[in-house]
Amino acid sequence: MSFPAPKLPVSLVANPRLSSWVKFTGDGRVAISPGKVEIGQGIVTALAQIAADELDVDISKVEMMRASTAASPNEGVTSGSLSIQQSGRALRHVCAEVRQRFLLAASERLGVDEALLDVDDGTISGPGNVRTSYWELAGDVSLDHDATPGATAKLATRRAVAGHSVRRVDIPDKVFAQPRFIHDRALPGLLHGRVLRPDISGARLIALDETAARAIPGLVAIVRDDGFAGVVAESEAATEAALKVLRKGATWSAGEPLPDEDDLAGFLKSQPVETTVIDTRTAASPKQAVRTLRRQYIRPYIAHASIAPSCAMAQWDGDRVHVWTHSQGVYLLRADLAIVLKLPAENIVVEHMEGAGCYGHNAADDVALDAVLLAKAAGGRPVRVQWSRHDEMSHAPFGAAMAIEIEADLDADHEIVGWRHAIWSNGHAARPGRAAQPALLAATEIANSYPRMISTNPPAANGGGGDRNSVPLYDLPAWTITSHRLLTMPVRTSALRTLGGQGNVFAIESLLDEIAALRGEDPVAFRLRHLRDERARDVIRAAARRAQWKPQKQAGIGHGVGFARYKNTGAYCAAIAEIEGADDIRVKRLTLAVDVGEAINPDGVVNQIEGGAIQATSWVLKERVRFDRSRITSTSWTDYPILTFSEVPAVDVEIIQRPEIEPVGAGEAAHGPVTGAIANAVFDCLGVRVRDLPITRDRIIAAMELAS
Amino acid sequence: MPTLQFRLNGAVIAVDADPDQMLLDVLRTRLGITGAHFGCGAGECGACHVMVDGRAIASCDMPMWSVADKDVVTVEGLGTVEQPHPLQRAFIAEQAMQCGYCVSGILISAAALLKRNPSPTEGEVRAALDRNLCRCGSHNRMVRAVLRAASEMAAS
Repeated sequence: MSFPAPKLPVSLVANPRLSSWVKFTGDGRVAISPGKVEIGQGIVTALAQIAADELDVDISKVEMMRASTAASPNEGVTSGSLSIQQSGRALRHVCAEVRQRFLLAASERLGVDEALLDVDDGTISGPGNVRTSYWELAGDVSLDHDATPGATAKLATRRAVAGHSVRRVDIPDKVFAQPRFIHDRALPGLLHGRVLRPDISGARLIALDETAARAIPGLVAIVRDDGFAGVVAESEAATEAALKVLRKGATWSAGEPLPDEDDLAGFLKSQPVETTVIDTRTAASPKQAVRTLRRQYIRPYIAHASIAPSCAMAQWDGDRVHVWTHSQGVYLLRADLAIVLKLPAENIVVEHMEGAGCYGHNAADDVALDAVLLAKAAGGRPVRVQWSRHDEMSHAPFGAAMAIEIEADLDADHEIVGWRHAIWSNGHAARPGRAAQPALLAATEIANSYPRMISTNPPAANGGGGDRNSVPLYDLPAWTITSHRLLTMPVRTSALRTLGGQGNVFAIESLLDEIAALRGEDPVAFRLRHLRDERARDVIRAAARRAQWKPQKQAGIGHGVGFARYKNTGAYCAAIAEIEGADDIRVKRLTLAVDVGEAINPDGVVNQIEGGAIQATSWVLKERVRFDRSRITSTSWTDYPILTFSEVPAVDVEIIQRPEIEPVGAGEAAHGPVTGAIANAVFDCLGVRVRDLPITRDRIIAAMELAS
Repeated sequence: MPTLQFRLNGAVIAVDADPDQMLLDVLRTRLGITGAHFGCGAGECGACHVMVDGRAIASCDMPMWSVADKDVVTVEGLGTVEQPHPLQRAFIAEQAMQCGYCVSGILISAAALLKRNPSPTEGEVRAALDRNLCRCGSHNRMVRAVLRAASEMAAS
């Protein structure tokens, strides 16, 4: 019998050099350089825990370096709940191997067998009180070696830091207002910039009268490159004033019409598409269907709606440029900048600084190119560009709208004998750095512009895009899953948390609930009967137990359940919603159980699940991007309301810890299950299925009219 | 430009400022006070909240002329690492944030609440924070932190 050769974690295959991840510094600390970035998810702390554990140094000695193309390993993009999986595994491996190399060196220096040595907070000691440390040995131990497969990390039972709720390393700065956000950094000689963008969707700048703007005190430059125009000034106030008058002098082309916001399905199903059969399953002994339920579900366009408008800084030095950004992928952004600027990538340094939570591909990358283009006119001074709230809500990419149609064939007992799931949606990813053309907004505006990149979907092996979570985890006898990706894109879309996962889980969980109700079967029991995966069954049972499923029926109160395993390969999550249905739907309580394998920082996992559950509640009850036929109209918080403190439900989370199982991310696990649970609770409460998100009073009335 | 005098985090200061310039702009770009954050510029999100004469106010929407002779407190004036405000301690204890961009405005709204109502109910805390938006979904942790700070302040 042969065993497969041990393999390196994926991030190490791409960046094998140990020294690119770990350095022991002169001040008695250890610098850890992950390629993933902090976006409010607490990843920096979780990675510090892994490093501290494997190296046996106190976590206070671990200094986490911000990602930069100048020094960091290239780990692509911080997205898809993959940072723990990719960066975490890589760091665990690297630190285990580094520790091993130091133990070997210590053994030689101290003349003690390696197996007798112990590491405590970086001090290596052995019998007879002999001792040295990582820092003493650092000069003798070169880490300029490639990682080798087979380095052995600690046993799960011996971990002292990973698996515990360590306090996040970034929180004190944020509570005491120490500048940590890119928005708060003032570089010496900093200038400010703003870019002029159209109100009309797809309009192009065709003429610009700059006269009035030139008279604004503090103006440094007006930058015009065909359809791209912006201002640089000494102060933010001056940029705003200049932009205001510049707007009055602008002439725009007619733009491109937008779809009817009240007929998203009609629009999505009438466009040219690329059709992919995602999966089929054929029953060994097909059963006769006696009826078919055909249901259509709609997920609207959803805004990332970060609390901070996107911001970047750039500074030129000859033909080299330094960029500060809160992009999720510094190398990917650099690749796109290189295309636009027609410069070798080596001339561009892209350095990460924290921004507010982004929840996917928002305008972070766009504003970086804006800053780079405006900084060309700044005579070597750095330029900071910050988008307006209006631009953030109208020009950044949105999460794609989806129309999902499921046909379920039922036998005489209402058991499912066939299942066809079809999705119509724009692609869910148009991130920079992955194609021969740039994905950045200003690249579509400058002379010799690039066309707007039509969103595509990641391959199924990476969890898919519009089709994410469309293949049921349930053990149904037969199915066909089809994805229709739009080849037109009047509304700009790219990655938003869960990609298509939220829409698909909403559809699947809603229809399963409907079929369970047809059968008169408890929806929890129905799901358990159709699941073989014990981890899936465990989260559903845990959530049900915790919510005391199913509570006594009360007038005006409804309960519903939802479940998914994110991407069908990631975290398992079950949610139970308790709602109150009067004039409006109010979600009172969400009870969730989650299994991420090894939870590196349990409180961090709970925080992510709570946050995901609350954000999903906001999407479900309130959110849709609004537009008329010519422009996005939801450009403020008044027009794009999100859940407020008084509307937020109680959220109760149980983690099923499995320290022996490789960890996966938690950031996107809750959205689908919570969406399904709320929709099903609405039915339990009001007896009506709302299949068109968001679930507002108008949608409930419409669904009631349709049902009667 | 006229000189405007006001009290900032306990110190009387006088700045030459356009009376129509917004307080947030002056704080961030003139005075190096970056705790108050720009979020929307329309007083709708609360990221820029500062306390003016004890009330939480959107500084992005507050012209300098209206600040004259007032008492302004930003998150920098609440407490320091060495001498934290109970709210700052409580936000750390409850790990009450994800990205944290909204937090300074929320700390100010909460501090203003505890000044006028030292022992609020959970519902009163939520109502007091309704003008602050949080996109990460850390609301319940923040509410717990405010209640923790209130009971800590009551005990001391």
